[in-house]
Amino acid sequence: MTPVIAINDLFTRLGGLWIHRHLNLEIAAGEMVALVGGSGSGKTTLLRQMIGLLTPTQGTIRLFGEPLFGGGGVVRERALRQRFGVLFQQGALFSALNVFDNIAFPLRELKCFDAAMIRDLVMLKLEMVELLPQHALLLPAELSGGMVKRVALARALALEPELLLLDEPTAGLDPDRSAGFVRLIRRLGDELGLTVLLVTHDVTTLAALTTKVAVLAEQHILAHGTLDEVRQFDHPFIRKFFHPPS
Amino acid sequence: MLHAHYSETQSASDSIELALTGRWTLRALAEKGEADAAWQNRLRELGRRHVVRVSWNCLDIEALDSVGALLLWRSWGRKLPELLLMRPEHLHIFERIAAADGEPAAVVLPRSPFEGLIVLGAGVLAAMRQMRDFVVLLGQLALDLLHLLRHPIDLPGREISANIYKSGVRAMPVTALVGLLIGIALSYLSSLQLRQFGADMFIVNLLGLSIIRELGPVLVAVLVAGRSGSAMTAQLGVMRVTEEIDALATMGVSTSLRLVLPKVVALAVVTPLLVLWATALALLGGMLAAELQLGIGYGYFLETLPKVVPVVNLWIGLSKGFVFGLAIALIACHFGLRVKPNTDSLSANTTAAVVTAITVVIFIDAVFAVALRGIGVPKL
Repeated sequence: MTPVIAINDLFTRLGGLWIHRHLNLEIAAGEMVALVGGSGSGKTTLLRQMIGLLTPTQGTIRLFGEPLFGGGGVVRERALRQRFGVLFQQGALFSALNVFDNIAFPLRELKCFDAAMIRDLVMLKLEMVELLPQHALLLPAELSGGMVKRVALARALALEPELLLLDEPTAGLDPDRSAGFVRLIRRLGDELGLTVLLVTHDVTTLAALTTKVAVLAEQHILAHGTLDEVRQFDHPFIRKFFHPPS
Repeated sequence: MLHAHYSETQSASDSIELALTGRWTLRALAEKGEADAAWQNRLRELGRRHVVRVSWNCLDIEALDSVGALLLWRSWGRKLPELLLMRPEHLHIFERIAAADGEPAAVVLPRSPFEGLIVLGAGVLAAMRQMRDFVVLLGQLALDLLHLLRHPIDLPGREISANIYKSGVRAMPVTALVGLLIGIALSYLSSLQLRQFGADMFIVNLLGLSIIRELGPVLVAVLVAGRSGSAMTAQLGVMRVTEEIDALATMGVSTSLRLVLPKVVALAVVTPLLVLWATALALLGGMLAAELQLGIGYGYFLETLPKVVPVVNLWIGLSKGFVFGLAIALIACHFGLRVKPNTDSLSANTTAAVVTAITVVIFIDAVFAVALRGIGVPKL
């Protein structure tokens, strides 16, 4: 089976510095992979390259076996983009639209459902992320941090993606809410058969959520494997990350 | 990839067996698209049939997501059919749908017969709230000024200076260009008319009076409202969206003193100066065009100007500039502080600030024209 994400010999140069060099990573369908690394190690840059917001200096990224910038025009690129959903760190909800319209937005863009179907779908997504129907009419500014994340997750899931990319999903949430949100992602991932890639620096999130861990340090993927395998890897960064001196 | 598909078999006279196959997913269904409305209608018809027994065999569905499931759910009339064969992992999706279902439809408020009156009343109340907020802002600024008299150390000097630079110095090229071009156009067009009456010499009176007293201040005010007014509203608005204003307030920094006052002071100082600058360039443009068109020498023009246009007109022009600047800054800040934390409100308030500022400028100009009608206009 073709891997969902395949990064081959990626180089990135930003502001005169090499961020990534000889970076290789493959993620198979159904895996939940955490991408960890120190501040400024280029995790978010890598995520933005995967979703096509940045182009790598050199090397290729393939999603579902297809390059994102492979020609074939807008239609092919849009079809590929509909196969993954992204949860941005701050949620990136459209501030002028209420919760309902935020989730309905990608569905309306498809232009193949009527209003009643869209309403049912939005209500279903709200239920999936454990929000109540009456939350649908709130504006993003009226939501708490945890709710913003849930709405953003519902919007990311609106187009039934096969791949879900999360940038620091628990950043800015208190431990209790963050645990709840992690449980939610885990449950939805299992239920919908998603492949999940998340960028995080929170070891608890990572332990609760992921099947595999990829460590980004020294400009490439230092280690990639199950949590236990990665823990065994002998490297100063990994030692510090997983066994912080207390 | 197999698309969603079903086949009907009439097993007995009163029963139909439906075998569903393929991928019942958003992507597969979206590709089928509009062309298959008939297909969906038929499915719905089968789902609602009560006379014949319809049995649904869903075991061969390859993939089912919530869109496909919802499509089936809707054609079943929002409940599971009696005769259904389905894999447990697919059945699970319907449990979720059933849980999400059943909440009441969005509440539609009954339309009142006094709809028009309500809209009108809401508009009046909103306008009154606006006025009240504006008066509050003015009062706050007055208090700030009193505070500054007693504590001159709190004078936001750096902010005032920055605002003077941003909305004054940086506005010089554009005001110069517009002034020069308007001067040329006005002089050129008037000279064509004046020549017909042989009144060439009056070009100086005409340009001098109209530009110094009227056009200079109004042109500059419109430019300043569009340029600096909108920038001020947007800046305050974004600070509101990103909670920077709240952050300042918690540090004990007065919003009005630190953000509003410097803008108001800067525009009040800078607009008369810009009026002077633009007026000078418009007269220069007019002078150039008069020389080219009517052969009126620069020397004559400059010599005649102070004789035919009383100097009080310049003071009127400059005071207009001062009042316009004050009004534009106050309006811009008023709307900037009303921005709610969303992008729509930001754009609506920026538009409102510019439109209101220009309208108010024209209104004040009319008031000036009526109030000062006997001053500075040479009697014949």
